[in-house]
Amino acid sequence: MSVLDSVGAVLKGKGASPGATTYWPVIIYAALVATAFLTLVPIVWMILTAFKSAPEVAARPPTWWPREWHPENFVAAWNFAPFGRYLMNSLIMAGGISLLQTVTSALAAYAFARLQFRGRDLIFLLYLATLMIPPQVTVIPQFILIKELNWVDTYQGLIIPQAFTAFGVFLLRQFFLAIPRELEDAARVDGATRFGCFWRIILPLSGPALATLAVFAFLFHWNHLLWPLVVSNSDATIPVVVGLRDFQGQYGTDWNLLMAAAAIATIPTIIVYLLAQRWFVRGITMSGFGGR
Amino acid sequence: MANTTRTRRSSIFQWRPKRDREGLAAVFFLLPNLVGFLIFTAIPVGAAFLLAFYDYDLLLGASFAGLENFRELFTTDKVFREAFFNTVYFTAVSVPLSVVLGLVTAMLVNQALRGVVIFRSIFLLPYVTVTVALSLVWKWIYLPDIGLINSALGIIGIDGPAWLTSERWAMPGLIIMTVWKSFGYNMVLFLAGLQNIPEHLYDAAKVDGATGWRRFLHITLPMLSPTTFFVVVISIISSFQVFDQALIMTNGGPGTATTTLVLYIYQVGFQSFKMGYAAAVALVLFAAIFIFTVVQFMFQRRWVTYD
Repeated sequence: MSVLDSVGAVLKGKGASPGATTYWPVIIYAALVATAFLTLVPIVWMILTAFKSAPEVAARPPTWWPREWHPENFVAAWNFAPFGRYLMNSLIMAGGISLLQTVTSALAAYAFARLQFRGRDLIFLLYLATLMIPPQVTVIPQFILIKELNWVDTYQGLIIPQAFTAFGVFLLRQFFLAIPRELEDAARVDGATRFGCFWRIILPLSGPALATLAVFAFLFHWNHLLWPLVVSNSDATIPVVVGLRDFQGQYGTDWNLLMAAAAIATIPTIIVYLLAQRWFVRGITMSGFGGR
Repeated sequence: MANTTRTRRSSIFQWRPKRDREGLAAVFFLLPNLVGFLIFTAIPVGAAFLLAFYDYDLLLGASFAGLENFRELFTTDKVFREAFFNTVYFTAVSVPLSVVLGLVTAMLVNQALRGVVIFRSIFLLPYVTVTVALSLVWKWIYLPDIGLINSALGIIGIDGPAWLTSERWAMPGLIIMTVWKSFGYNMVLFLAGLQNIPEHLYDAAKVDGATGWRRFLHITLPMLSPTTFFVVVISIISSFQVFDQALIMTNGGPGTATTTLVLYIYQVGFQSFKMGYAAAVALVLFAAIFIFTVVQFMFQRRWVTYD
């Protein structure tokens, strides 16, 4: 079903909301198409430019559709800088953070949601308080700490300081609180341990929440620039966003290569987004703290 | 609501005798996160507050400076003042634009029309895509002579500005890019808010003969105001923290025209390695965000309706 089909259907009066006048859907579609066009132009422009020859990129006025296609630009960009390595570093970094955040947040969230222990509310308040502190405040002490630990330019330096967030705990705690306690009470009467309840009752019911946190953390840290910019300084650990910035420093005017490199860095996130869009959108609506 | 509170209370009652064993379980569940959280988040937060009162050099170590960092910030440091002003300028223009655009697009994709789901995905795409890559694309789009924007403006006879290399137009350039990138995020939040408005309110208004515009004014906006409040607060917080675009597209220039607070923290802390001073700037950033947020919460009663 293409957009054109839908427009046609609406013009014939199908699919329109009850009570709407007939021309109204057309205006809405026109506005949607115009906004979508403006939204997509920069991304399409990046991809088209990546296929152009060097002289064509410098042409005035610029050409929209490439006169000749040069897929070898991607190979050139890939060879000028170790983008394969950068992508792998990003995968390890974002994947590691996402995994650790999800596992440790789930455990801690269960403690806050279900267990009675001394100081619980106080500790939770401490977690909440740090949500208000912008990450740029902690980046300097964190860096000094990483330096003292000799973790500069290592995977653990990239991953560990980002892996224990108050945000994930907060998100999952909300979700666990909404699960009826009676489910666990019954199992407890039958002799299940707390961990048994967590493992057999809570986790199986929390798939969507866990996926939301994991996807959100992965995309956020794949994009994240400041921390790896500070911690990584060799190809062994540089993630693709930092690699892209370095690439700009060296090939700053070769726009076709630069756009090819930008596309290389971007495509994995677009794939993850398209596959896991549902959870990503949930992550935004559940949290609202995702703006950072 | 009342029902769940009651069951919760009674089950607390039920498990209270086992409190000590629960404590042991709590240690097991909490420890992995709590240890990491204390070492890598809570202690650094405390350290940041201390660091702001020190001169800290990675090689020479720390020496107590008292209020010296802050005195310098607020009296002699012109770049800081400009960075602060730039950040406020950036926030004051980009937040209203991306909030309004987010609301309008949310209302568009909230229509019961075929294919709107595709548009939702498209509008959120820039938010998801790597900011560094998009910053490079926009840098290319903004080129004065061969860039896309000025070429398009040229077609309709307008001689476009020099954008990122112009003191006057560099910041608007950053703002346009940021609004383009972030409105989809606001759209998602507004859409969730719109879908929570009960349909019967609109039906009742239609029976009373209210026009579309009046329904928007008297039902949609008031019912949406908690969402709007939330979106505005979050947008202001995140735009105070703008960094990636400013670093990649302009590196704060030309001159200091687009140096934002976080970019300045980065430059001072990690390029000049004056880490105590950078921590002081970061505290000012935190204070600004904190004050803005508290003020918004104070004024929310004036325009936010919770039912």
